[in-house]
Amino acid sequence: MLALEKVSKSFGPVQALQDVDFEVRPGEVVALVGDNGAGKSTLVKAIAGIHSIDDGRILFEGQPVKVSTPTDAVDLGIATVYQDLALCDNLDVVENLFLGREERGGGVAALTRQLDETSMERQAHELLDNLAVTITDVRSEVGTMSGGQRQQVAIARSLLGEPKVVMLDEPTAALGVRQTAQVLALIKRLRDKGHGVVVISHNLADVFEVADRIVVLRLGRLAALFDAKETSNEEVVGAITGASDPSTGELGPAVDDVMNAARRRDAPPGETPDGEPTERESGDAS
Amino acid sequence: MTVEATAAEPAPSGGGDPDGKPMKGFVRRFVEGDLGELRVIIVLAVIWAIFQSQEDRFLSAVNLTNLLLQITAIGLVSVGVVLVLLLGEIDLSVGAVSGLCAAVMAVLSVKHGWSPYLAIAAAVLVGTAIGMFQGSVFTQFGVPSFVVTLAGLLAWQGAQLEVLGTTGTVNITDPTITGLTSTFYEGATGWAIAIAGIAVYAAVSLLAWRRKTAAGLRVQPLGALLLRLALATIAIFVAVTVLNDDRGVPLAALILVGFVILFQFITTKTTFGRHIYAVGGNDEAARRAGIKVKRIRIVVFMIASSMAAVGGIMAASRLLAVNQSSGAGDFLLLAIAGPVIAGTSLFGGRGSVWTALLGALVIGSISNGMDLLALESSVKFMVTGAVLLIAVIIDALARRRRQATGRV
Repeated sequence: MLALEKVSKSFGPVQALQDVDFEVRPGEVVALVGDNGAGKSTLVKAIAGIHSIDDGRILFEGQPVKVSTPTDAVDLGIATVYQDLALCDNLDVVENLFLGREERGGGVAALTRQLDETSMERQAHELLDNLAVTITDVRSEVGTMSGGQRQQVAIARSLLGEPKVVMLDEPTAALGVRQTAQVLALIKRLRDKGHGVVVISHNLADVFEVADRIVVLRLGRLAALFDAKETSNEEVVGAITGASDPSTGELGPAVDDVMNAARRRDAPPGETPDGEPTERESGDAS
Repeated sequence: MTVEATAAEPAPSGGGDPDGKPMKGFVRRFVEGDLGELRVIIVLAVIWAIFQSQEDRFLSAVNLTNLLLQITAIGLVSVGVVLVLLLGEIDLSVGAVSGLCAAVMAVLSVKHGWSPYLAIAAAVLVGTAIGMFQGSVFTQFGVPSFVVTLAGLLAWQGAQLEVLGTTGTVNITDPTITGLTSTFYEGATGWAIAIAGIAVYAAVSLLAWRRKTAAGLRVQPLGALLLRLALATIAIFVAVTVLNDDRGVPLAALILVGFVILFQFITTKTTFGRHIYAVGGNDEAARRAGIKVKRIRIVVFMIASSMAAVGGIMAASRLLAVNQSSGAGDFLLLAIAGPVIAGTSLFGGRGSVWTALLGALVIGSISNGMDLLALESSVKFMVTGAVLLIAVIIDALARRRRQATGRV
C-alpha cells in the first residue's frame, strides 16, 4: 500500500537516511526500530510530509506520489500520531477529535457559522465505540485523563479522516502496564480493520506483541528486515546495535558524519563544535 | 436582589452533574475551580453586601445605574483582552489604543466636522489596523506579544498626544456620540428588550437541548435547564426593575452586554472560537491539526485593539471629552485584571468572555463602593491589587488541586 524506494535525506552534511526501502501493506503492523539517531523519526516525518526527501520515491497504492506538506500526506490517507500526542489539554475529547475539521451546522446555524456539536459528539461516540475505547465522558477535558486514554484519543483522532496508513511514534512510551496493553490492543484492532500500521518503538516486548514485520534502521540505513514470528529478541537487538551486521567494517563518509553528529549530540551543548544541525535539532525545528 | 438570584445559581449547575449527585458534584466543582464564574458571582455578592452594610446608597437604583455606566468602557476593553488571554498572550497596548482611537474620533468629529458615525467607524478602523500591525509583528518576527504591545503602549500614547494637538483636550459636543452613554430606555422599551432577550435565550437553549436528546446524547435534566432559565429571567427582570426605578436601561449597558454576548457566541459556538482555545491550549497541536495559527493570532489582536477603540469611544462619550490622560493610568491594568479576577487564565486556553463583564463588575463595584465611602485612591489601588492577587492565588490553587485529583 505504502512503499519507499531508495529514499535518502540529509540535513546539511548529516545523512539521516540513505537508500532506505520500506513497505507497509494493508492489515499489517510494521515496527520500525533502531537506536537513537537511526533515522526512525526522520523516516516517519518524510512519509508524513514534514521533511521532504532528497532522493528516492514514495509510492502509495502503486503510484509514485509527492508528499511535501503534512496536508499532502493526510489527503493521501496517511495519518500520523506523534509522540507528544498533540492534543489540547484544555479541550474535551470531542473538541480534540474534531480539531481542525470541525463540522458546521445547517440552516440557521450555517448563517451564523455555528458548530454542529450534536453531530460531532455522536460521531465521537461511534468512533470510540467502534475502536472499543472506553471513555466515560466525551465532554471531559483531555488534560484530566490518563496517558493511556490520551494516547487512545490521539489514535482515534488520526482515524477520523479514514486513513489507509496510520503511523504511531512511540505509542507506548511512558505508559503503565495496563495502559500499554490497552494501546497495543487498539493497534491490533486497527490492523484487523485493514489499516496499514507503522509503529516506532524502543520497547521490543511491545514490538513483538503487535508487529507482523520488524524493520531495523541503523545509522540511516536499512539494517535488517525480520518476520516477527521467525526472529528472536537477540537477533533484533543485534541488528539494532550492529553486532550482527557485517557491513559495519566499511563505513562510508556519510555514515561517519552520522556518527560524528551522534557524538556531538552526546557531548554537552556548550561543546558543540559548529552550527550543523543534527537530525534531532532539525526535526524539532520543523 | 440580584444577589439572591445569583447566589441561588448552584442548583442548576449542580443538577447538571452527570453523577446525579447534585450537591456533591457542585461542591467538588466549586472547590476544583470548574465553577470559576459562579465563584466570582458569589465574591461579587459578598463585595456588594459589605459595601451595602457600610453605605446604604450602594445598592440604590441610582448608584447601580452609575456603576453600569462606569464599567462600560473597561468592560468593552476587557472583552478584547479576554480573547488575547485565551491565546496565552497579552496586549498591554489596549489602554493607549483606546485613548488614541477616542482622540481620532473626537478630532474628526469636532475639528473636521465628520458625521459621528463616520468618526466612530474611523476610530474603530484605526484600532483594527493597530491590532493587525501588532499581531503581524508578533507572529511574523516571533517577538513576544508583551514586548510588541509594550512598545505599542508608548508609541500610541505619543500618537494620541500628536492627534490631540497643542490644547491637549478636545471636548465632544456631538449628541450622537455623547448619547452613547446618556441614552436610557425607560419603562416599556426596557421591558421589551428584556423579554426579547429572554425569549431568544430560552428558545436557543431548549432547541439545543431537544436536538441533543433526539440524538441520544447525554444532556442535563430538563428541570435543571428550566430552573436556570427561570433564574436568568428573574435576574434580568430584577435588573430592569431596578434600572427603571432610576433613568431606565442605559444604552451603554446594552452595548456592553451585546458585545459580550456576541463574543461569547463566537468563542464557544464557532470554529474560529474553538481554534482560539486550541491555540491557547497547545499551539503545536493546533498547527498540526491544520489550524492557521498565525491568522488566528493576528485576527485576535485585531479584535482586541478594535474593542479597545470601542471602549475608548464609550469612555470619551461619558467624559464628554478626550484628553491626554484618556486611556492612561490604571485603565489598562484594570482591563486586564478584571477577566483574571473573574477566572480567565493568564496562561491561555481557559476562561470565557463573560469574565470580562463579571470582572468589570467586581472591579467597578470595589471602585464605586470605595468612592461612596470617600476612601483615598491610595487605599483603592491597594485593595484592588489585593483582590487581584487573591483571585490569582485561588485560581492557581484550584487548578493545582484539579490536576492532582483529575488524573484517572
